[in-house]
Amino acid sequence: MAETRPSPTRVTYDYVTRTIARTLGEPTRGYFILLGAAVALLSVGIITLLYLIRYGLGLAGYSHPVYWAVFITCFVFWVGIAHSGTLISAILFLFRSGWRTAVYRTAEAMTVFAVMTAGLFPLIHIGRQWYFYWLIPYPNERGLWPNFKSPLIWDEFAIGTYFTVSTVFLIMGLIPDIAAVRDLATGWRKKLYAITSLGWRGTNEEWRHYTRGYLYLAALATPLVLSVHSVVSWDFAMSIVPGWHATLFAPYFVAGAIYSGVGMVITLLVPIRRLFKLEEIITVHHFENLAKLCLLTGSIVSFSYMTENFVAWFSGNPAERAAFWYRAFGPYWWASWTMNICNGLLPWLLWSKKVRTNITALFVISIFVNIGMWFERYVIIVVSLAGEPYSTWTNAVYNPTWADWGIMAGSFGWFFMWFLLFVKNFPAVSISEVKEVLPPPRRATAQAGAHR
Amino acid sequence: MSPALRLSVPKLFNAPPTPGVLGVFGFLDSTLDAIKRLRAAGHTDFTVFSPIPRHEIEDALAQPVSPVRMFTLIGGISGCAIGAWLTLWMSYDWPVVVGGKPVGSVPPYVVIMFEMTILFGALTTILGIVFNALFAARRIGTIQYDARFSNDHFGIFVPADSDQARRVETLLRDAGAEEVRRA
Repeated sequence: MAETRPSPTRVTYDYVTRTIARTLGEPTRGYFILLGAAVALLSVGIITLLYLIRYGLGLAGYSHPVYWAVFITCFVFWVGIAHSGTLISAILFLFRSGWRTAVYRTAEAMTVFAVMTAGLFPLIHIGRQWYFYWLIPYPNERGLWPNFKSPLIWDEFAIGTYFTVSTVFLIMGLIPDIAAVRDLATGWRKKLYAITSLGWRGTNEEWRHYTRGYLYLAALATPLVLSVHSVVSWDFAMSIVPGWHATLFAPYFVAGAIYSGVGMVITLLVPIRRLFKLEEIITVHHFENLAKLCLLTGSIVSFSYMTENFVAWFSGNPAERAAFWYRAFGPYWWASWTMNICNGLLPWLLWSKKVRTNITALFVISIFVNIGMWFERYVIIVVSLAGEPYSTWTNAVYNPTWADWGIMAGSFGWFFMWFLLFVKNFPAVSISEVKEVLPPPRRATAQAGAHR
Repeated sequence: MSPALRLSVPKLFNAPPTPGVLGVFGFLDSTLDAIKRLRAAGHTDFTVFSPIPRHEIEDALAQPVSPVRMFTLIGGISGCAIGAWLTLWMSYDWPVVVGGKPVGSVPPYVVIMFEMTILFGALTTILGIVFNALFAARRIGTIQYDARFSNDHFGIFVPADSDQARRVETLLRDAGAEEVRRA
């Protein structure tokens, strides 16, 4: 991989190993407070789920015809969050972008945990969780099989594959780094890392197979990530609900997913960098590149909004027109305008280099990106159903209840709990890949340095 | 358990150490120099340790392309076939005719076939990496390792009997090894 950007001379191989290994040291009080907050949120979710199981989905705000609501919104939101991780780890790997090395591990771990979170929502949404296995094609006593013409079954295959592949991809990338940490660790951690590194020694044979395999994994993950959110979008686009039934949906959803995911990567990286003192490794340059990615995908999202509205008007289709009018000026106008402002206007701030290189500003913008993208899914799902014109139950008013919010809070707790446990137990920044973009130690350079 | 069997069990999991010489290098270019000298002296079965993959080392060793790609290819093709079989066979096993349309309609099944291609391709790639690395490790045997190799040092282990060892030691030292150990 190309050696990008000269780094300060003290950022050597040894510095990288020790700085990143240090993040696995004794947890601080701040860490326990964060972990405690995550577990507390998760408990809220678990208690809400127990209520839902005991008293039924009626506790959530479902009202005719809005039967896809906050749970499905959260599902699409979390799947979307997952996407930028694979973009950074696989697509930018194929493009040989050197800057990805410092941020990709965090992004990839985020992918795995976000898919784990997303996967819970369809299960909660089906109401009778103990029948979830009906989705799996297995030979049951009635000889029934799933309907493979349904986008919901495509989705199950897509999410299942995505979870499996992104998990093995994360683990594969971790192996050389766990070996590096193993060689510094002592006590029970040394034993743990000795087992989880699978005896990695960094021999030429190991690297030969590993680098080849990693390349193919990246090449497989790249079309996969594009397919997963396309399939999620077809859950909607394959139906004939105005506001859903659009060929634009697949690219629109993929761009939105990456936009929201990059937002979440920034939200996670800013505190991690501060907490673990990784300023020399994750630099402003990396944040600026993430911001550029955000700007690019945000612009595609804004363009999709414009196209969507334009096509609704230009088609002359009264149902489409009514649906989009309802979106902007109906009872849910506040949700639509939150989405338009956070996703349509806010990324334009990133044209300024001053904003792109200001970490605080980026952190604040990233939070709004997350909010905006959650509302985008809410608008697409809930508002399209509620405002479905020409239906006999038109303009139902749907309002989420405590049960919806409880489950949503629980999902954030679940996600952050896994993430926090990960960053304290495994290297949150890739040790070997950060070294790859540094100039290797050379005798020639060392001698030149001595003569100077 | 017979004494012979008792001896062979640990041997299977932990082969006796291979005699040889281990050189520890602080610089990439001196490692490359040593590889060139070793190859010129007719050594082919030595092992190079490095904290990161470097194309210079690969080039110096002139290694063949890893067979992992065959694993990926076969896995991907099998996944695609399994996806096609799953969807078509299940559709015809319990035909649900809707509006006289074909029971097994391929376009929607392409999604499943695609996902299965990726799933099987990725899993067999992992198997390919693990198996090939394990086979290589078995072939190399139990060789010396140094904890610095995962941090900032490079290493070369040359299997050598006591006659060759002295010559190899000199060669590695001349190439710029910081430390040379005999195993």
